[in-house]
Amino acid sequence: MTKALVGQSIAEQIAKHIPQAVVEANDAWVVIKPDLLLQVVQFLKATPGFDFNYLNCVTGVDYLDYLEVVYHLTSLERNHSLVLKVRCSREKPEVPSVVSVWCGADLQEREIFDLLGITFVGHPNLKRIFMWEGFKGYPLRRDYL
Amino acid sequence: MEVEKPRFDLFLEEMDQAEGKEIEELIARSQHPLPDQVEWLEPGPRPNLLVTTIDKVFNWGRHYSTWPFGSGLACCAMEMVPTAASRFDQARFGMEIFRASPRQADLLIVAGTLTWKMARALKLLYDQMAEPKWVVAMGACAISGGTFAHSYSVVPGVNRVIPVDVYVPGCPPRPEALLYGFMQLHQKIERRSVRDEFILADLRKIVPGRSKRN
Repeated sequence: MTKALVGQSIAEQIAKHIPQAVVEANDAWVVIKPDLLLQVVQFLKATPGFDFNYLNCVTGVDYLDYLEVVYHLTSLERNHSLVLKVRCSREKPEVPSVVSVWCGADLQEREIFDLLGITFVGHPNLKRIFMWEGFKGYPLRRDYL
Repeated sequence: MEVEKPRFDLFLEEMDQAEGKEIEELIARSQHPLPDQVEWLEPGPRPNLLVTTIDKVFNWGRHYSTWPFGSGLACCAMEMVPTAASRFDQARFGMEIFRASPRQADLLIVAGTLTWKMARALKLLYDQMAEPKWVVAMGACAISGGTFAHSYSVVPGVNRVIPVDVYVPGCPPRPEALLYGFMQLHQKIERRSVRDEFILADLRKIVPGRSKRN
């Protein structure tokens, strides 16, 4: 079975290489600063001990105070997994895109952009995927309707 | 009848913009359900022998050859498929196989949730079907939007977009229910009269857009 890595120990190792990247960590997940996300993700993918070569899914969550993007990572070689989170404000929802690291994030980031209104900076083709052009509002936000 | 033509002279962003605009227009003009086709419930004065004989021949032919065009939009399609398979076998009613083209079909079975984005395509397919044509709305979503009636993207009932002849309730309905719906449709076909077709065809010329079909 896939081993879920403990967030705190990963956070310590991330902090050694990229200081100030970790905002918060507990045994289930690690919260990363948005502007350092790309560096952390490249570190986790390239470092031999981690080898996170597979992105299970990208999810957007609305917590009313802030918006959150959740990344489920898995290493197919080492058979372990990790949950990364990134928070952004509702006023300026911007998160760097990870399409350059994992291509599979492409459509899922577009979905989050469409339904939650989070802009993924650096995405090659960021446009609506489910709703039609001219649709007003972000239907999966809590304050919709 | 005017058929909405797809445009192929646009590219990507223009195409998206045009699509969005068309969907907005479709929503704006589909705020109220189209009236049900219920004229067959109240038959007029009995026509003469010649008309009834012709009716009988026409209706016999149409009754036993309603070829369906399945638009399996959601999970109701999982019930529609066994209706056509050997256990329930809709071929007993002369509904031989599901046609892949609207041009060859008489009956549109809307099986599942219709979204506004899909509504345009469904309306196009309906318009492409040759007269005479019938529509069966299968399942709660096709009838009224079901669970998603107040959703941001779901059409609250396909009768907003195309006129419906028979509603088959259920979530999803069993194949038996769908077969019963077909039988009701057959009764409806039996009540048709060529006379009505001509009268309604004339009406349509006088009042365009009153009724898209007879």
